[in-house]
Order: sequence, then structure tokens, then C-alpha cells
Amino acid sequence: MCEECGCGDPEIVAVEVQESLLAGNARNARHNREHFAELGVLAVNLMGSPGSGKTALMEATARARHGLRLAALSGDLATDNDARRLLAAGIPARSITTGSACHLDAEMVHRALHHLPIAGLDALVVENVGNLVCPAIYDLGQHVNVVALAVTEGEDKPLKYPVMFRKADLVVLTKIDLLPHLEFDLEALTDAVARTMPEPRLLPVSARTGEGIDHWIAWLGERRTALSAKAHSGV
Amino acid sequence: MVAPPSLRVGAASGPDATIKSNIVHEYSIVQALLDRAEVEARARDARSVTRLRVAIGALAGVEQELLRSAFELARVGTRCAGAELEMRSIAASWRCRSCEVEIGPGSVLSCPSCGAPARLVAGDEIVLERLELEVA
Repeated sequence: MCEECGCGDPEIVAVEVQESLLAGNARNARHNREHFAELGVLAVNLMGSPGSGKTALMEATARARHGLRLAALSGDLATDNDARRLLAAGIPARSITTGSACHLDAEMVHRALHHLPIAGLDALVVENVGNLVCPAIYDLGQHVNVVALAVTEGEDKPLKYPVMFRKADLVVLTKIDLLPHLEFDLEALTDAVARTMPEPRLLPVSARTGEGIDHWIAWLGERRTALSAKAHSGV
Repeated sequence: MVAPPSLRVGAASGPDATIKSNIVHEYSIVQALLDRAEVEARARDARSVTRLRVAIGALAGVEQELLRSAFELARVGTRCAGAELEMRSIAASWRCRSCEVEIGPGSVLSCPSCGAPARLVAGDEIVLERLELEVA
């Protein structure tokens, strides 16, 4: 009822909310992050366009000799092909079939972890749905964001998709074995990355020849070590 | 040949839920918006929500037009069915992490004076700021 005169007309009440519409996902992401921290597992959100070479990067990682114990979750609209490829390469993997969803969210990762034991691992790589837009918006509880960008995609991709590149800790430039066949301007890419990432870091690799894969593995190892150093110092 | 066991641990709970809520992430955001509005409306025993104001940052990754069409589809049958959706655009704004110098849009994201990396101070919001409710 109208408070002024009691006439029975509806009253309009304004409510200040000031809450992020991603608050629900942020809560679930925090839960995942705590879980990863307890287990000392580095969580990597691996993003990139469809066909940018995310799965091939992981296959090449599995083939390389290193001491990292890895597992992977693959987000896929309709198939579990990527998880099969990773499993065949020797990485324990599960597929999160998203149906029509364009991205993974923290709840999907949480539920998938019930099916993939990660205790004792060094890193869990979550291979997100191939898409340069939506996955950037949803925190999964990861420690690091990695974007796979193929040389065939063009050097201006960071400028076109600043939302994703802004959040990247590392850009892995994939398929560099194709460079002799392309007119790829590495300088232009370096500039684009510097205008979209506050701490630009670009790592060229070829899953086919194995070039650069050791640097990628070293980077994962460093981030894994940084994680345990952080845990031990109680920060 | 026997088909290998599925590795899927599907997140999709049902065709309707996924198709409506997730084809573009703007649908998921609208769902969160409607849910939040519903909570506020119920708490105040409101008949309906008449107006919603959200702030959308330029680097939030949300297309305002898509958000609006998603809203128009998803609000049907909810207390927001007749609500006006107001969107406030927030420009991206960067500053030096160390000396707070402003770094202009499109620039290299490190400080021109001290070289420290930039930090985003505004422009990634997806925030429900305010609601107006019709209370009987």
C-alpha cells in the first residue's frame, strides 16, 4: 500500500544491490581453488580457438620427457575425442560434455573432479571449450590462464579478443612449424600482446616438431613450484 | 567392435536447460540476473520488478545487444516480465600498478614512467546495481 496516503496504489521501492552477476560462479571457483591448494595441484585453464592446437600441445607435452605428473579435463560441446586423444597419449583425462554451452564454469569442473583423481599430481590442465570469448569470463578456480594461439589465426587476434588475452598469464604460439608457409608478422603479434596483456609472455612451440615444448614444460614446472612456495610461506 | 566406454562426465543436465541458458554466456548471465531479482522481490513480497540496472564493463566480455535479447526471452513468466533493463556502460581504465599513472586505451600496458605492469581499475564489471520493485 502507498505509505503516503494509504490509497492502495502500488508503491515502487528501489533496492541497491551492487553485486556481481558472476558471484555464484565465483563462490564455486573459490571452492575449487581451495581444493587445488589443499592438494598442491597447479590448475591451468587452457583456452583458445577451436583448432588452435590445445589438445596437440598436451599430446606433445605427454610425449616429452619430464617429471611432471599431469591430468586433464577437456570441455567439448558434443564429443569426448579430446579426452580420448589425451588418454591415448598417457594423460589421465575426462571429458566435460557441455551440450550447447560455450564455456566451462566452476561447477562443471567441480563435478568432473569427482570422476578424476588429482591427488598427488603436479598439475591439472583444464582444456576449455574452443572459443576466444566466453571461457575468459568464467573463473574455474585455476591458478593460471594459458591461451593457445596458432600462427594460422593471424597476429591481430589479441586486439580482437582483448577480454581473453587480458587474463592470460601466457600465450603459447602454436604450429610454428608452419611459419615458412605463412606471412606471419611476429613483431605485430608481440605488439598486440603488449597492448592487451599487462605482463605479456609469448612462448612459440610446435607440437609436431617438439620445438619449444621444453620451455612450456619448464614454465609449468616453475608455476607449480611457485604454488608450493606460496603455500609454505602461508601467503 | 565394442565401443570404448565414454569418458564423458557431462555437465549438461537437460536439453532445455542447456539450450536456453548457455548457447551464449549472456544467457547464463541473464539467468543469474533473474534469479537475483527474484530473491530480492520475494524478500520484499513484491508483485513485480519494474526496473533493473546493470553495469557492463567494456572488457567484461558481455555483448549488450545479446544480453538484451537474452533478457527478453528469459524474463517471460517471471516477476521481471514487465521490467525495464537499463545498462550502464563502463569504459576500460588502466593504471600503473606501482605509481598509479593512468595508461590510455590502446596503449602498451606497462607504465610509461616506471615500467611496471598496468592493472585494470574499471571495465570488467557485470554488476546488478539496482532494482525497482512494485510492492503492493
